[in-house]
Amino acid sequence: MERASGWQLLKRNRAALVALWVLVGMVVLSLVGPPILVSIFGDSARGYSEYDFAPPGTVAAPVDGERAQRYLFGTDISGRDLFYRVLMGARVSLLVGLAGAAVSLVLGTVYGVVSGFCGGKIDAFMMRVVDILYSIPRLLFLMIFIAAFGKRFHDGLDGLRLAAQGRGWEDCAELLQALLPYSRIGLLIVALGLIEWLVMARIVRGQVLVLREMTFVKAARALGQTPFGIVRRHLLPNLATLILTYLTLTVPAVVLDESFLSFLGLGIENPAASWGSLLREGAEAWNVLDSHWWLLVFPAVFMSVTMLAFNFLGDGLRDAFDPKSSR
Amino acid sequence: MTRFVFNRLCSTIIVVFCVITVTFFLSRTQKGGAFESGKERPAHITEALEKKYGLDGTAFEQYARYLGNLARGDLGVSFRYRNRRVGEVIAQQLPVSLILGSVAFVIATCGGIVLGMIAAVGRNRWPDYLAMLFALLAISVPTFITGPLLIGYLSLRLGWFPPGGWLSPMSLVLPAICLAAPYVAYVARLMRNSMIEVLGADYVRTARAKGLTEGAIAARHALKAAILPVVAFLGPLAANLVTGSIVVESVFGLPGAGRIFVNGIQNSDTFLLCGIVVVYCLLIVFFNLVVDLLYGWLDPRIRIGNAHG
Repeated sequence: MERASGWQLLKRNRAALVALWVLVGMVVLSLVGPPILVSIFGDSARGYSEYDFAPPGTVAAPVDGERAQRYLFGTDISGRDLFYRVLMGARVSLLVGLAGAAVSLVLGTVYGVVSGFCGGKIDAFMMRVVDILYSIPRLLFLMIFIAAFGKRFHDGLDGLRLAAQGRGWEDCAELLQALLPYSRIGLLIVALGLIEWLVMARIVRGQVLVLREMTFVKAARALGQTPFGIVRRHLLPNLATLILTYLTLTVPAVVLDESFLSFLGLGIENPAASWGSLLREGAEAWNVLDSHWWLLVFPAVFMSVTMLAFNFLGDGLRDAFDPKSSR
Repeated sequence: MTRFVFNRLCSTIIVVFCVITVTFFLSRTQKGGAFESGKERPAHITEALEKKYGLDGTAFEQYARYLGNLARGDLGVSFRYRNRRVGEVIAQQLPVSLILGSVAFVIATCGGIVLGMIAAVGRNRWPDYLAMLFALLAISVPTFITGPLLIGYLSLRLGWFPPGGWLSPMSLVLPAICLAAPYVAYVARLMRNSMIEVLGADYVRTARAKGLTEGAIAARHALKAAILPVVAFLGPLAANLVTGSIVVESVFGLPGAGRIFVNGIQNSDTFLLCGIVVVYCLLIVFFNLVVDLLYGWLDPRIRIGNAHG
């Protein structure tokens, strides 16, 4: 009864639907916003200017032929348009959040299915490992890891680029050249995916324990279906909505971790931006003498709204699809 | 019981050993080396430096030596804080982090339990909606947003609190609130859900039939049963507070262990990093042991020894 009405329950949840549209809007805005800004204002939208710390709404003096730049959200310490930077930061933060959550989805699901399906001693051991990992400060290791391998990863990519250039693969070299400033992002995606899979593994394992005792799974086993076939044909389809739910709740966790690292100066680096690194700049710019409040407030609003939307949507999905969550 | 503690101590030693190994090799692999200053240095001086800081020999020799020293309680020498032992540096900085963490811990558990109970007793009415809205906000807005905003408004604009540093008990207020806020929310949610479940139990119906008020039932009869998921969360909570205090300490400029950890990463201060991680992990693992014992005491149905999940 409950399973059938899951999507209906979700549709009746006004807050979750609003949250979904807010997220769609945020993604669309971050994708189409920067090119539109560039097409209106030309290159001044993304570059440096002499207007440092201009308050929101400042209009720059028109430069020959081009339209005068209007700084909707003000500018930062080197006169860059904050609106443009917040949107570019949204791209990075959302990309890391979604891709990192996808990594954790794969890891957590595989781990949970194996643990729940094997059962017995293996299950007990695997879950004990999850418990231990859950109660140590994983981000500390991640910080050391990134500090240790961030540069190596970058150098490795650079080496690949040179090798490609040496062989005359111009397209490949250009692509790698373009990717170079973003090497940190790739590292962050993998690393954060590697630490945020624990909740997913636990939930999936719990549900597999329930499912594998069900009659249809027993029937499949009796009919000679291989374990792999049972997982693929019977378990995964029944896990899909649960996985989707916890995926939605993992994304904000990864976004949070990424901004945590960027805020401490270990994540995304200038000139690339993420919400975390923008917040760091904002926090530094607010001092006793001057309050450049916009540098803190605008990234904070964007990030908070996104996080809220993800959590609202995730809670709505959980209420609709998680049999264990109580209403 | 003794067997349980013994088993747990064994697994503790394994965990700490893994933690040390991972931290040691991760922080050692950093490029640049600890003594590179851009200037050429005569070979014999480099050699002497390496010897002094325990960096001579292969990686495994260094690792073995480090483990040996660690077993004797010696955490090694810091690269950055020249001529100071890591043990000294940590002993000086850790109390600040511990005070901050304990205050936040108390706020998070007590505040969360009270808030969750209020929400559960008034469920699907305004106290519930209000409490859960607050919880969602507190979970969604991270510390590094609330921290700078609170400093900017309450400290710099209104001057109610010192904007940072470690001068008076007043300078603890904002950091502790910032650090605790998300976890107040987590605990409140856990508490609300388990409370609602318990409030539907038969013995609660009996209590209600006796004519007790909802509040009295919640506080006197349901609390002990409903608090179990919160107790299970205390271990991860401690780990999260450790991570969170790193940001809070750097936002508020507190002289705690979290801040020297960040500095240590930037300076590849291997032994300092290892030392901090080891001390933190020991604290957390010990704390988890206490929580497990507490859990068994609260719920005798759980046979200590094979409890997990």
